[in-house]
Amino acid sequence: MLTRRTLMAAAAAAALIAAAPAFADDFATMPREKVELVAPPFIHPHEQATQRPPSIVEFKMTVQEKEMVIDEKGTKIHAMTFNGSIPGPMMVVHQGDYVELTLVNPETNTMAHNIDFHAATGALGGAELSLINPGEQVTIRWKATRAGVFVYHCAPGGPMIPWHVVSGMNGAVMVLPRDGLKDENGKPLHYDRAYYIGEQDFYVPRDDKGNYKTYESLADSYPDTEEVMRKLIPTHVVFNGKEGALTGKNALTAKVGETVLFIHSEANRDSRPHIIGGHGDYVWESGKFANRPERDLETWFIRGGSAGAALYTFREPGLYAYVTHNLIEAVELGATAHVKVRGQWNDDLMKQVRPPGPIGGATTGFLDAARPRPN
Amino acid sequence: MSFAVLAKGAATIAAALTPLAWLAGAGYDRPPARDPIAVVRIDPDAFAYRLSGEFDRDGQPVNAPQRPTRFERPFFMMRTQVSAAFYERCVAARACAPLGRGATARRDAPAVGVSWRDATAFARWLSRETGEAWRLPTDAEWAFAAGARFNDDAVVETVGSFAQRWLAKYDQETALAHALPAAPQPFGAFGANERGLEDLSGNVWEWTDTCFERQALDAASRPAAPPVVNCGVRVVEGAHRAYVSDFIRDARAGGCSVGAPPSHLGFRLVRDERGLVAAAIRLLRGAGKRG
Repeated sequence: MLTRRTLMAAAAAAALIAAAPAFADDFATMPREKVELVAPPFIHPHEQATQRPPSIVEFKMTVQEKEMVIDEKGTKIHAMTFNGSIPGPMMVVHQGDYVELTLVNPETNTMAHNIDFHAATGALGGAELSLINPGEQVTIRWKATRAGVFVYHCAPGGPMIPWHVVSGMNGAVMVLPRDGLKDENGKPLHYDRAYYIGEQDFYVPRDDKGNYKTYESLADSYPDTEEVMRKLIPTHVVFNGKEGALTGKNALTAKVGETVLFIHSEANRDSRPHIIGGHGDYVWESGKFANRPERDLETWFIRGGSAGAALYTFREPGLYAYVTHNLIEAVELGATAHVKVRGQWNDDLMKQVRPPGPIGGATTGFLDAARPRPN
Repeated sequence: MSFAVLAKGAATIAAALTPLAWLAGAGYDRPPARDPIAVVRIDPDAFAYRLSGEFDRDGQPVNAPQRPTRFERPFFMMRTQVSAAFYERCVAARACAPLGRGATARRDAPAVGVSWRDATAFARWLSRETGEAWRLPTDAEWAFAAGARFNDDAVVETVGSFAQRWLAKYDQETALAHALPAAPQPFGAFGANERGLEDLSGNVWEWTDTCFERQALDAASRPAAPPVVNCGVRVVEGAHRAYVSDFIRDARAGGCSVGAPPSHLGFRLVRDERGLVAAAIRLLRGAGKRG
C-alpha cells in the first residue's frame, strides 16, 4: 500500500543510492551519453521516468561575448553568454547521473569565465575548478545528488560576479527523479511539453538626455554599468534575453488538454511568475522535487538565485500571457511571454453571458432566448 | 534718382506690402521663412471602406462591415509624418508638450512618442500659425489615402468560439508587424504609396481623429443597439489597425495583455481645400483675438 511513510522511505533510499560514492573503476565502466544542447525556451529531448542506469552525461558549452539587442526599440548591450543565448541552455539529467561539462572560452573573447552550478557540491559549485582565460577550455564533472531545477552562472570573482550574471551569463539545469515527477501522494505526473524561461534583469546606463548609452567594448561598458547596478533598479526585465522574445512569431504554443512544465530561473533577483488566464496546477516553487508540490497557485515566487517549476494543463483555447506579476516589470520593463493555445472552448468554465453594450436592460437570458441550446 | 527718393519709394512699397504679408499669414511672432509643408492632394472618389471599431453579431465578435464610402471634396495630406524638428517648433512656441526622453529633433525623421492629445495640440498650433485648418485625418480619410498601403484587418470568419478569432487576429497582427526595424527611420525609408505619400504602414503608427466605437449587430447584420462611442480611445493606423487611449505616447505601455502593439506613435495632418476669402476671414478673426 502506498502511504506517505513508504513514499518517504523510497525517497530516502533513492537519496542514499544517489549519494553513495562511485570509485574510479565505476567511472571507467559507467555508461556515457553525449547531449546536444538546444537554445531556450526549448529543452533537449530527454526522458522523464527512466530505466537507464546512472550515467555520465556529457555537455559542451562555449562562452560567447557579443552585442545583443535587448528591447523592441533596438537597445544594444555587450552581453556575455553561455552558447550565445540568454539564458544559457538547459541541461537535463537524472538524480544519480554525473554532469560532465566542457567549457570553452574562445581566443576572441576578452574576459576570463567559469561556471558555478547550484546543483553541484563543493569548489564554489565548480567555479573554483573551471576558471578559463580566452584561448582555454576546461572539463569538470559533478554528481547530480539532488533532484530539482537549479541555476548555473558565471562567477569569476569579486565585482565580476554580479556583472557577468546581469550581462546574461546564467542558465539552469534540471535533475529529474529517476522515476519522474510525482504529486504529493506519489502519483506520477507527466508533462507533454516543457519550456525553460530564463528571466534576466539588465542595468543599462543612460546619458543625460535619457538615451541608453553604447560602448566600444565590453570592458568600456563596465564602469557605468556598475553604477547603475549599485542602485539595484533594472532598466529591463526580460524573458529569453530580449523584450518580446517569446511573443509574436516566437510565442509559446500548447493545446487544450496538454500538460506543460514551465521552468523559470532568475539568477539574481526575485520574480513572481503568473499565467494570465491560467494557474500552476502543481508548483515546486523553490524548485526541488523532494518537496511536495503546491497546488492551484495563481502566482508563485522565484527567489533570486534560484529556479522553480510549475505544471499546468491548459483547459481553454486562446491567448495567455506568462508574466512576472510585478506588472510594471511585465509591461514597462519587458517581462512578458505569450502562449497560443488551440482547442475547443468550454462554456462551463467561462462564458460571456451578455456581451458589452449600452447600459440597461436584461443581464441574463440575453442571448439564449432565441437560440437552440447546444447538447 | 536721389537716395532719399529711393528710400521714400521703398518705404511706400514696404508700407503697401505689409498688410498683404500680414493677410498671407504673418502674425506678431511669425517664425522665419521655411519650406512650405509638402502635401499631396487627395481627390474625391468612392471606395470600399472597412469600418473601424468592434462589431459583434448575435453576441459573437465579427469583422467590421465594409461600407461604400465617398468623399465629396478634395483634401490635402502631408506627404510625410510630422518631423521631430517640426514638432519641436510647437514645443518652442509653448503650444505643445515636450517629447519624451531620448527624442532628438531631426528634420528628416518622424516625431514619435506622441499622443493623440499632443497631435491635436500641434494641429491647433499649426492652424493658428498658418491660418489654414490643419487636423488629424479621420480613419476613413487615412484608409482612402493609404490605398494599397492600407492593411485590411478582417480575418477569415471562423465558426466557433471567440478564442479562434482571438488567435487569428494575434497571428494577423504579428505577421503584419513582423520584421519592422526597431528605431524610427528617416523619411522615405518605407517608400511611398501610389499617391506619393511616404512611409505609410512602416514602424510608425499614425493617429486618426476617429473614436473607438462598438456596434452590436443582429443576426441579419442590422444594428441591434445604438453604438457605444468612446472618444477616450482613438483609432491608430499603420501596419495594422490599433485602438489606443488618447493620452498614450508609447503604445507598448497602453495596449492589452496580448497583441502586437504599435512600435511608435506619430502622426501626419490633413487640411481641407478652401477658398481664399474664407482664409482671409479666418485670419482676421485670429488677428482680432490676438488684439
